[in-house]
Amino acid sequence: MEVKLRIRRFNPEKDQKPYWGEYTLTDVEPTDSVLELLNRVKWEQDGTLTLRRSCAHGVCGSDAMRINGRNRLACTTLLQAIDASKVIQIEPILGLKVIKDLVTDFEAFFEHYRSVMPYFVPATPVPSNGRERYQSQADRARFDDTTKCILCACCTTSCPSFWASGQYVGPAAIVNAHRFIFDSRDGATNQRLNILAEPDGVWRCRTIFNCTPACPREIEVTRAIGEVKLAIQQGAR
Amino acid sequence: MHIHQFDAVVVGAGGAGMMAALYASRGARTAVISKLYPTRSHTGTAQGGIGASLGNLEEDRWEWHAFDTVKGGDYLSDQNAAKVLAQEAIEAVIELEWMGLPFDRNDDGTISQRRFGGHTNNETKKPVRRACHSADRTGHMILQTLYQNCIKENVNFFDEFHAVDLIMNGDRPAGVVAVSIDTGELHIFHAKAITFATGGWGRMWSTTSNAHTLTGDGPAMFWRNGLPLQDMEFFQFHPTGLYPLGVLITEGVRGEGGVLINDRGERFMERYAPTIKDLASRDVVSRAIYLEVREKRGIKGKEYVYMDVRPETVNRYLAEAGESRRIDADYVRAKLPDIMDFCKIYAGVDPVESPIPIAPTAHYAMGGIPTNIHAQVIRDGKETVIPGLYAAGEVACVSVHGANRLGTNSLTDLIVFGRKAGQQMADYCRHADFVPLPDNPAGAIEAELERIRSSKGKQRPYDIRKKLRSEMMDKVGVFRQEDMMAEALETIRQLKEDYRNDLAVDDQGRRFNTDLLEAWELGCLLDIAEVTAACALERKESRGAHSREDYPKRDDVNYLAHTMVYPEGDGLRIAYDRPVDLSLGHEPKERVY
Repeated sequence: MEVKLRIRRFNPEKDQKPYWGEYTLTDVEPTDSVLELLNRVKWEQDGTLTLRRSCAHGVCGSDAMRINGRNRLACTTLLQAIDASKVIQIEPILGLKVIKDLVTDFEAFFEHYRSVMPYFVPATPVPSNGRERYQSQADRARFDDTTKCILCACCTTSCPSFWASGQYVGPAAIVNAHRFIFDSRDGATNQRLNILAEPDGVWRCRTIFNCTPACPREIEVTRAIGEVKLAIQQGAR
Repeated sequence: MHIHQFDAVVVGAGGAGMMAALYASRGARTAVISKLYPTRSHTGTAQGGIGASLGNLEEDRWEWHAFDTVKGGDYLSDQNAAKVLAQEAIEAVIELEWMGLPFDRNDDGTISQRRFGGHTNNETKKPVRRACHSADRTGHMILQTLYQNCIKENVNFFDEFHAVDLIMNGDRPAGVVAVSIDTGELHIFHAKAITFATGGWGRMWSTTSNAHTLTGDGPAMFWRNGLPLQDMEFFQFHPTGLYPLGVLITEGVRGEGGVLINDRGERFMERYAPTIKDLASRDVVSRAIYLEVREKRGIKGKEYVYMDVRPETVNRYLAEAGESRRIDADYVRAKLPDIMDFCKIYAGVDPVESPIPIAPTAHYAMGGIPTNIHAQVIRDGKETVIPGLYAAGEVACVSVHGANRLGTNSLTDLIVFGRKAGQQMADYCRHADFVPLPDNPAGAIEAELERIRSSKGKQRPYDIRKKLRSEMMDKVGVFRQEDMMAEALETIRQLKEDYRNDLAVDDQGRRFNTDLLEAWELGCLLDIAEVTAACALERKESRGAHSREDYPKRDDVNYLAHTMVYPEGDGLRIAYDRPVDLSLGHEPKERVY
């Protein structure tokens, strides 16, 4: 089959403002991913097309972009899963500065991530027998969902509250705080809750729910944010 | 030109790189240079588990883990290295748990373990539960945990800095040159100690589980600086890549009871490995699949077979084996959630309802930059150390994995030898001085990048790469023979000519020029492919992943030694001058599973 792509282009060395580039590909299969199509444009037609990609199967989180108006990973989006009968429209994710074409500046995103203490602070000293800390299966399951995050930014850049204010830590940072707040082995819950109770923390979330369907890992993002809100209100885990 | 000075520099931010950085940072000012954001590194795609003989569910011993590693490596593994790996795996896995890694748990709260190919109880010869795991995303958890700890410890990262040259001053390392991908500017990192942890080069073959970014940059930089490489002909094809894309489907599927089935519905591994069947080591299983396909027993006569993890199938074989364990669909979904997703997205298959179409996929480099068991880079078969230079993880050849790596041992390798590289760098930096930078240290690489940027020939990098990859797949793949490999070598040399003289690059800009950097990566693949094909041609025996139809037997008289390949002029010289360490006393035996 033949498909048409409409790709948002911007080269900071040449262009005053972004424009739409249009490309036609033939011999396309319904099982091709959007990433394969973008690679074909780059490799066969226009080497200046610029995007990030690495693992190409939805694990590394490099290729988040807006495909037909929805945040997705290009590599896990097969043509058969979207409407490819019309032009497929591809843009950079919103709310982060565009560097070039589909590449955005992730520094602000990672700064928010780093601000929530996204690391393990043990509640107890290491076991004197030199073995692992024990954790029950139930305690391990409590935070399983938020361990899946790949930091692709699909959630944060789908959030109207984040679009309105880039100061908001955003769903991805809260997901990563949640992963530790609800880990029975961790001892820094109150510090993280205090950080997230700040004006640019969880209360910027207006429960719009864009983040949950945007997550390519199917994390229940809005639910995780809600659990953090509740923990703050209850003042403890 | 920007010049940075750090005591220690780590190139690559996967598992080995970040482990090295964490340890080096404790005693030295350390910087990590990575062409990706660290959490994009390929360690994150490892699925099934990390091997360590914790013995949480049944008796296990590090000695068994070491022997299994040596046997899996078809006796080319250095036994002193296998000993370090197996012994230190235990504390390394515990350390990961202490760092917060969310392992799955047993009923008693200890780390959960599962079966994996080639890992056995050496007395009963039965599979043993040694793979410590977190669902089927163990690599993701390791990568995230290490990155989190690096943030906690304030490690300096230079994200999206693409290393393009190692700076040597005479025979001593002085630093690294990297391109800031965003600005396109060159940066020099002047350092006392340098660790390379750049990963593998699966992108050399057309069907691969590897990320686009795995292009052999590390070994290419060493090679171009006159340093040798080791055991380059040994590259593992993982038996179960999702057909036809090659996305990895973990051996953990078979560890949980999944079986391989041909078009006749036969569990064909019973014929190739009567004792441990589907859990034989990867080279054995990949060859079995190829042979089934060749005998027209691929599914519908095509080039794939099925992996069946439907509960009714698994339970039937568990009953047949006299095991009391039974599984259901919920169990499979809980243990293999990502595999469920990959199969649904890319093959339209729900593995609890239908079998998974699979075929071998280029997966892992056993060879690479030669090191000793302390992660120190060596320059010859006499193990002469290059002070201040280290390598760890897939890019390094210790050699732990010999001719074929066992599943779960790559993650173990990252942690154990990444840690060693970090400790070594911290110690070294305490007493060593900086080696002065030579004059114009980035001159040669700057000229090469400018040549690529302004090249106006007729061949797109993509076309050259496509030819290279299919040539390697067809002629230097699972089965090999003299005439095919000689042809491949000729083709590679022609492609290198085309790359030098007839390249066409579109993007002439500076900022985020991935057209330029992809073309540069292709140059690395070409150099390393030539070395790989030459080494494969020279080793006239079959051992582990190197399987020659014209020399089907292992030849311990002539080839029980590591291949050292040295750059010489425009060519190369191959010598078998690094002996295999046999210090655990495991004499080479016929390998039966």
